[in-house]
Amino acid sequence: MNLFDFSHSVGWLWWIPLFPLMATVWLGFFNPSGKFAAAVANAALLASLLLSIRAFAMTWGPEAGVLTANFTWIQVAGVNLEFGVVLNPLTGAMLAMVTFVGLLIFLYSTSYMSRDPGMTRFFCYLSLFMVGMLGLVMSNSLLLLFMFWEIVGLASYLLIGFWFRKPSAAAAAKKAFITTRIGDLGFLLGLLWAFKATSTFLLFDGGQGLLEIEQITALSATKDVLFGLNGAGVIALFLFIGAVGKSGQLPLHVWLPDAMEGPTPVSALIHAATMVAAGVFLVARAFPLFLADATVLGIVSWVGALTALFAALVALGQYDIKRILAYSTVSQLGLMMVGLGAGGLALSEGGVSIGTFHLLTHAFFKALLFLGAGAIIHGCGHEQDIRLMGGVFNRMKVASICYLAGALALCAFPFTSGYYSKDQILLSAWTAHGAVFWISASASLLTAFYMTRQCCYVFLGDYRGKGPIRQSPSLMTAPLVILAIFSLAMGIVSEEFYHILTYLSGIAVDQHAWIVVVVSWVIALGGIALGLLIYGGSQLGLDATDPMKGSLRTPYAWLENQFFIDELYDATVARLWKASAVLIVFLESGIHFLVETVRGLVTGMGGFLSKTIDQKLIDQISFDGVCDRIYKSGRLNAIIQNGFLQGYLRSVTLGAVILGVLYLVFAR
Amino acid sequence: MGLTLHHFLILSAILFSIGLVGALTRRHIIIMLICLEIMLNAANLNLIAFWHFSSNPLLMHGPLFTLFAIAIAATEAALGLALVLAIFRHYKTIDLESIRDLKE
Repeated sequence: MNLFDFSHSVGWLWWIPLFPLMATVWLGFFNPSGKFAAAVANAALLASLLLSIRAFAMTWGPEAGVLTANFTWIQVAGVNLEFGVVLNPLTGAMLAMVTFVGLLIFLYSTSYMSRDPGMTRFFCYLSLFMVGMLGLVMSNSLLLLFMFWEIVGLASYLLIGFWFRKPSAAAAAKKAFITTRIGDLGFLLGLLWAFKATSTFLLFDGGQGLLEIEQITALSATKDVLFGLNGAGVIALFLFIGAVGKSGQLPLHVWLPDAMEGPTPVSALIHAATMVAAGVFLVARAFPLFLADATVLGIVSWVGALTALFAALVALGQYDIKRILAYSTVSQLGLMMVGLGAGGLALSEGGVSIGTFHLLTHAFFKALLFLGAGAIIHGCGHEQDIRLMGGVFNRMKVASICYLAGALALCAFPFTSGYYSKDQILLSAWTAHGAVFWISASASLLTAFYMTRQCCYVFLGDYRGKGPIRQSPSLMTAPLVILAIFSLAMGIVSEEFYHILTYLSGIAVDQHAWIVVVVSWVIALGGIALGLLIYGGSQLGLDATDPMKGSLRTPYAWLENQFFIDELYDATVARLWKASAVLIVFLESGIHFLVETVRGLVTGMGGFLSKTIDQKLIDQISFDGVCDRIYKSGRLNAIIQNGFLQGYLRSVTLGAVILGVLYLVFAR
Repeated sequence: MGLTLHHFLILSAILFSIGLVGALTRRHIIIMLICLEIMLNAANLNLIAFWHFSSNPLLMHGPLFTLFAIAIAATEAALGLALVLAIFRHYKTIDLESIRDLKE
């Protein structure tokens, strides 16, 4: 493996995470001023972006396919742990997306965080996150992927708790870390299981890798390993548990809405565009394992569909602009899972492109929505409650138009990027499973509806907040404009001109069903129309009740409280925890009783021993007698111990000299 | 006539003696520490000299030992100076003649 060989191997891919790593180390150890730190982080990411574009271009070129560069990390007891990087269309597209969106968000943060005293720390963490994310998408080893996965988790923890003096932020960071840890345990089990079954961590290894046909065939030949799944299915299921934690799927979604405590650029980069997509990416990366067992694909699509519907419902009842977007992220991640699961059932190998395409388009429009929300929050004097906004459109034209472009893409308005990717998901779901299709379709309808609700609250009517609206500086609006262009045009360009689905999966993907097209048009337009009908002309604000709440009081309360999932976990898992603590205290008091009994016995015996044997025999006769004699001889010795340090030293030297002389005399 | 092993051994013996005499006679505690260092470095010089004139200088034993000894001497000096500081704070003097609490 050679880092400087840019033509024959792909070892140079290591430079992509190395640049942000150097930035992290620099900022972390030398703690320069905030402005300088931003410049360093931006420059490092720009270098990564250029290399990523080269990698991306290579995957289109004639030598495209699966390119790897592996090396042995450690050898222990005959076991080789091998690491490596892989470049295939999936990696290339992810690298380009992560660095491009990342750079735009870095630029945005340079302006957004310019007044924050912790700006250096912020960019240090952001660069660390970039190291993890870029390493994650190019890892060719399950173990290496897991390591980067954890770095990403750590960076997410640090950034959610960036304003750690705020108790809610510290609590949210802890919650995110612990909840994703539950998923990571699944990932770890899958990883160990895979290593036990195949004795390799490499994903692609010239025919011997975990994801290549030989191992997959061998794994799927072992039937009924656990829960009736075959060998590959079990590994896939465990990896999926990891993905559920990272991508905020039911039932581990609780951390993602709380993660909005972090600064808004962090929400855009990590908790919308890239990191939470790592779970989806893991499923896409390990897709051959999932394909080997249809049951797991079914689980993936069902979990995804239920998550999508659940989160879309909750988003209806939220008032915090970022929290709505967070639930929308959870919902869209669910749809990506549907794309992968149902896509695998419907199209076999082609399914990987369905979920990944939505991941890519979603990254652009959701980053745009979060950055736009950041600009609006910034403009309204750090107010996040949509009931205290309103009339923003007339005061912040550029940011609002960009935001609306992102919202249209999220609603899958025809011919925006979201339309193309979501269409493919619905098509696969239609072929794979009717129920999954209808659940995903209703989630999409709700998506259009709640986005319209939010836009009505924010943009229409009169300004309801306090204080003047501030305009965003151009460094903040420029990324918004670029992202808006991508959100609108990326779908049509990549789908019609570049056939991205075929590119991503390597085989031709072509699916049509007129009913799905009709349904998706009805969903997008109907959802927006319904939203405008209900919220367009209503009186909105803190004192006015939400129009939906007026007619649906009880169900809406459930939505407002996010279906009481947090409370449910409090009442079940947390209470179980406390009950087991009480049980343990009870057990311990039993043990304590035993210990006390033994102690009593020992004390009684000890009393006998101490009085007769110890005090008389040992103390008075043996010990004290001996001590007395030693004491007397000690007094004699003490005469030369006069406390003068160099006196001692001189005696030591004299002794050494005498010994030396004796040696010279007698040793010959 | 070039340098032979004996030159180095004699030099190191001289250094050692200087250090020893200093450590035994000087009453200033820091001078005493410095003398200790001189003795240590005389030993280091021996190690390097033996290594240099050994039959197989490609084995890096001599420099390795010496590097170890220097590293340990550095920590020892730090510890020694810290003790000196503590002694000075306690007795308000660093004259060894007047510090006689080591008895009993």
